[in-house]
Amino acid sequence: MASIWEYANPKKFIETTDRLLPWLSVTALLCLVVGLVWGFFFTPDDYKQGSTVKIIYLHVPAALMAINAWMMMLVASLIWIVRRHHVSALAARAAAPVGAMMTVIALATGAIWGQPMWGTWWAWDPRLTSFLILFLFYLGYMALWSAIENDDTAADLTSVLCIVGSVFAVLSRYAVNFWNQGLHQGASLSLDKEENVADVFYHPLLVSIAGFVLLFVALVFLRTQTEIRARRMRALIARERLQ
Amino acid sequence: MMPDLGKYAQAVLSSYAVSIALLVVLVAMSVWRARKTRRELTDIEQRVRRDG
Repeated sequence: MASIWEYANPKKFIETTDRLLPWLSVTALLCLVVGLVWGFFFTPDDYKQGSTVKIIYLHVPAALMAINAWMMMLVASLIWIVRRHHVSALAARAAAPVGAMMTVIALATGAIWGQPMWGTWWAWDPRLTSFLILFLFYLGYMALWSAIENDDTAADLTSVLCIVGSVFAVLSRYAVNFWNQGLHQGASLSLDKEENVADVFYHPLLVSIAGFVLLFVALVFLRTQTEIRARRMRALIARERLQ
Repeated sequence: MMPDLGKYAQAVLSSYAVSIALLVVLVAMSVWRARKTRRELTDIEQRVRRDG
């Protein structure tokens, strides 16, 4: 069996992801369309929240991916720090804009949902605040990559920033449990049957989450390929200048 | 076909519109940059090969 470290070779990574990308993209699109159409058109209103419950099919998957994207970046950054594989550092860089966009979707849909339910677009609630800070970390991470010319130095410094930001990624997930206060409810998905959302909402939600996860993976593969090519381009240009 | 969203129609529809628009922008920008970088790299590689 091939070792996972073989994919640290940029050429091997591009070859493999080139084969996977069409399948991943089609499955992601299919899951998103099925999940969102099922949730929007074929689920009933909630007895408390009315039709706003339909926002759950966008808000929960986006929030989940906002946190998990940072966790993926953390793993990739640690691999860079320990093993110095360029592909892992570039994968972390590639995931940041996707994670940031997921955070924006989670914040925007949360505000739109919050207005009719809580009577306000925003509150300095532990979960909302930690999510906003996570978004600022995403911006800082992307800015740091762009600000440093040397790729290895940028990878080192952004990896450290990623480790620090992980605290807020964890807080975004568990803020409700830690402080037990604020407007935001607890987790929508739980192994506890009493806490979990009702089955009628749960199944389309799972399909929608699968769509967001697959879309994230497909975009990270595509963007990592782009980062690998951009890095090679910078290296060739630098070599040309030296000659 | 369209479900009756009642008094929350604006909130639900704007959530879907904003999210789908942001996802489309993200995908479009990723594909555009991927194509542009691939094209530029091919040009540079050809130039390097030609000029030795």
